[in-house]
Amino acid sequence: MQSHLLSISDLSKEEAIQILDTAEELRKISDGPMKKLPTLRGRTVVNLFYEDSTRTRISFESAAKRLSADVINFSAKGSSVSKGESLKDTAQTLQAIGADAVIIRHGASGAAQRLADSGWISASVINAGDGTHEHPTQALLDAFTIRSHFPDFAADFTGLRVAIVGDILHSRVARSNVLLLAKMGASVTLVAPPTLVPVGAEKWPVKISYDLDSILPDIDVVMMLRVQQERMTNFFFPSAREYSRAFGLTNSRLALLQPKTIVMHPGPMNRGLEISAESADSTKSVVLEQVANGVLVRMAVLYTLLGGLPLNAGTERKS
Amino acid sequence: MKILVRNAQLVNGTKTDVLIIDEKIAAIEIGIQDSADLILDVNGALLLPGLVDLHTHLREPGREDSETVLSGSRSAVAGGYTALSAMANTTPVADTAGVVEQVFRLGQEAGLCDVFPIGAVTQDLAGLQLAEIGAMAESIAKVRIFSDDGKCVYDPLVMRRALEYVKSFDGIIAQHAQEPRLTESAQMNEGYVSSLLGLTGWPAIAEEAIIARDILLAEHVKSRLHICHLTTAGGVELVRWAKSRGVQVTAEVTPHHLLLTDEAVIGYDPVFKVNPPLRTNDDVMALRAGLADGTIDIVATDHAPHPTEDKESEWQSAAFGMIGLETALSVVVKSMIETGLMSWSDLVDRMSIAPARIAGYADHGQSIAVGNVANLIVVDPDATWRVDRMMTVSKSKNTPFHGMTLPARIRHTIFRGKLVLNDGEVVGESNA
Repeated sequence: MQSHLLSISDLSKEEAIQILDTAEELRKISDGPMKKLPTLRGRTVVNLFYEDSTRTRISFESAAKRLSADVINFSAKGSSVSKGESLKDTAQTLQAIGADAVIIRHGASGAAQRLADSGWISASVINAGDGTHEHPTQALLDAFTIRSHFPDFAADFTGLRVAIVGDILHSRVARSNVLLLAKMGASVTLVAPPTLVPVGAEKWPVKISYDLDSILPDIDVVMMLRVQQERMTNFFFPSAREYSRAFGLTNSRLALLQPKTIVMHPGPMNRGLEISAESADSTKSVVLEQVANGVLVRMAVLYTLLGGLPLNAGTERKS
Repeated sequence: MKILVRNAQLVNGTKTDVLIIDEKIAAIEIGIQDSADLILDVNGALLLPGLVDLHTHLREPGREDSETVLSGSRSAVAGGYTALSAMANTTPVADTAGVVEQVFRLGQEAGLCDVFPIGAVTQDLAGLQLAEIGAMAESIAKVRIFSDDGKCVYDPLVMRRALEYVKSFDGIIAQHAQEPRLTESAQMNEGYVSSLLGLTGWPAIAEEAIIARDILLAEHVKSRLHICHLTTAGGVELVRWAKSRGVQVTAEVTPHHLLLTDEAVIGYDPVFKVNPPLRTNDDVMALRAGLADGTIDIVATDHAPHPTEDKESEWQSAAFGMIGLETALSVVVKSMIETGLMSWSDLVDRMSIAPARIAGYADHGQSIAVGNVANLIVVDPDATWRVDRMMTVSKSKNTPFHGMTLPARIRHTIFRGKLVLNDGEVVGESNA
């Protein structure tokens, strides 16, 4: 395994499953009396966030702290040379203070890869969302969540049917999920208005549909994406109401789902736009499980990349 | 000054010596016996007319940190160019006689090659009001090509008027074809690769829509239109169609669009960020076919120097553009001659004769004949070399060909009878 996680394409299927299995082990340990493991004691993990994302930041922070790493939160505003310190200077600063891992959230697609490839820094780089490119730990935590609801598919998703619904064009969550779900063997359908499907997606390993109602009765997982209100100003759709009518998970659409089907959302949700309050709060919704699993999966990623002590080191000491 | 070039091979295969006296070619025959000031025994290398570029960004005035007229001239002669056309998007913009005369004068002072300024079509490249086109045409720089390159003359009425206005002095409008609304925030070619990378797409049709419109305008007002840096298969088709109708349209392609595809963007290294963007392999093949059959008239470099800090960033905040003067000939040899699509004679046409004819640069792109001005280059066609961005003659390092091994090497450049590149070294600057 490489020392960075920039894209799902960095991972083989086996490596992805290894991360999920590691997260499973961490769940068992976390359910025990000792929540904090000494695995990354003395290691420094930097949360380098160029975009506000409290959820993702505290998830990574919590993951690193549960592994006993020292965590530095670095909130950098202004991403271009003209607006302030360049990515290069920030990276070299983090190198100088001895960061072992840098978790980067950035508004520019490819920023995490630039950081990893440029030679500015020797730390492991973890992509926590870069522009409209990828968000690989989100895809891993989603796969982990799916697996926990469909145990027959633990090592392979062949036969599992997943719909990803909404703004595919601007979604890093969708890109990472498509890559990982396809790698794991799932059958993926993207559902969106044609304006929000990227040109080129016809070559992705997915089916594309514009008709949510025809898709919903025959799927195992429905993943709703957040829709940004500002997309309306660029003519992607005429109004929030029209979007919601055609592509929202409304109460009536919730009733189309099979009993086993789960509803996912990466958050934060626009209740009443892409998902109704009833759908978000229904027993089918696994949104809060996704949040909890996010910490476990990010622990597994940090553990895997930083190659800390064996997982059972803490439990052994306890016993 | 007398220069004797011994054992040269002309593009038609003839082996000969060539004697240059002062500015002109004085004799062409085997075994010239003359007491020349300088004898260059080129040992069978090719002797060609100096290359002519119709699309060069020299950055002076305004961005002398990335290039100057002098440093760009040095880069040009290192790449075998004896004539450059300096684009108008400087600071201030070359939209008045004062600026074009300044650039022209700086070129003369550098004295390494001819620097012909291109004038802006509209004031400050804003696309709203015509620049002082007539004053620039009448200035000592005698501007004949006008372009808002970097920006598209998108208003169809402004474009129509510009095309009409330059007819009185046989001028030409060189269009940067980019429909602005279809390319807002665009970062790379729109297609499969952009869909994976999550970068905003620059669709081929944003280029083709303007090319189609301008062809129709040029036909309607019977004016001369030149399409800058054509990049798409559809654009080639449109130009082919226009020529079949007799429209006075010419087109250029850059070396980088003949060799690189949008897959180079995977990895997000901004050295591959350029406008118009690198396209698909199908486009590259269509551009090569179009250049070979003459649909695309010329190769132009779009040499676009940028300082390191403008490229050493995340993709979306990096500057667009690549340098290209020093690698142009080699890249064309690799993409067009090594592939069997063109001969050396075709290369001379596309890189020297045709651009000089389009622009009306009288002393350039001439056959190698007694009495013609000696703008000549010596090329070793069998040499190979490895591109190293730290070794560029240009002030800037943003070459997309770094690390590649390319064929053919420029050994000597002679500008108006004066040796300006000697065995790969720039010599003879009058303003050094």
